Amino acid sequence: MRDPARHESETVERFLDSTLDSVDHAEELAVGVAQRAGFGEEDLLKIGMAVRESMVNAVVHGNRYNANKKVRFSVAKNTERFTIRIADEGEGFDYEDVPDPLAEENLLRGSGRGIFLIRTFMDELKINRLELGGMEFIMVKYMVPK
Amino acid sequence: MSVKLNTRQVGDVSVVDVSGRITLGEGSSALRDALRDMVSKNQKKILLNLGDVSYIDSSGIGELVSGFTTVTNSGGQLKLLNLTKRVKDLLQITKLYTVFDVHEDEAGAIRSFA
Repeated sequence: MRDPARHESETVERFLDSTLDSVDHAEELAVGVAQRAGFGEEDLLKIGMAVRESMVNAVVHGNRYNANKKVRFSVAKNTERFTIRIADEGEGFDYEDVPDPLAEENLLRGSGRGIFLIRTFMDELKINRLELGGMEFIMVKYMVPK
Repeated sequence: MSVKLNTRQVGDVSVVDVSGRITLGEGSSALRDALRDMVSKNQKKILLNLGDVSYIDSSGIGELVSGFTTVTNSGGQLKLLNLTKRVKDLLQITKLYTVFDVHEDEAGAIRSFA
């Protein structure tokens, strides 16, 4: 179990530009909160990478670097869950159509591993298509491993 | 730190010492450009030394795969040297570890091209 003294709640929310600098910024913010929450080095790497993959998806595939579109990013932790939400303003996509990157015929594809890595590194991943357009990734790491 | 690529010739093998981060943007495009440049110069034996790669994301993995395909399709060979634990773990998770010919010893890697 992680240090109970660190179990205060904390929430960080930002509206970020659709740039690769925002990807780095979001990763730094999430890892900072995760560090204060008491996660160890291995989990920090996994959380950072999940945020990076999700932000790249939002900036590149969702908002397509459009300067008029923002990425809504938030990190929230409580005693049980460390939750990251990343939402874009793009056209959305059907994530079930993304090919399985582990299938033999897809192994040599140059892309398509982002969502798989997020699922691997986080305890939960929900992907929602938003009513006003865009996709939202909700990623959770448990404060106490189950 | 972004990515740095230094290429040296050992016999007929081109060894590319890669350091820094291979992520979407400058890092992955630098690697792509370097490999395409070598293929266009008809260099058939390429060894990527990833010992000083501190970070790689799915775009970086994609560039390794695309580079492997580009070199192989041109009749060449691309092999990997000195994977960090992080890169090795990622290649194993993505089932790519067995796709690449991976070496831990440069001299042995060079000999394997013969």
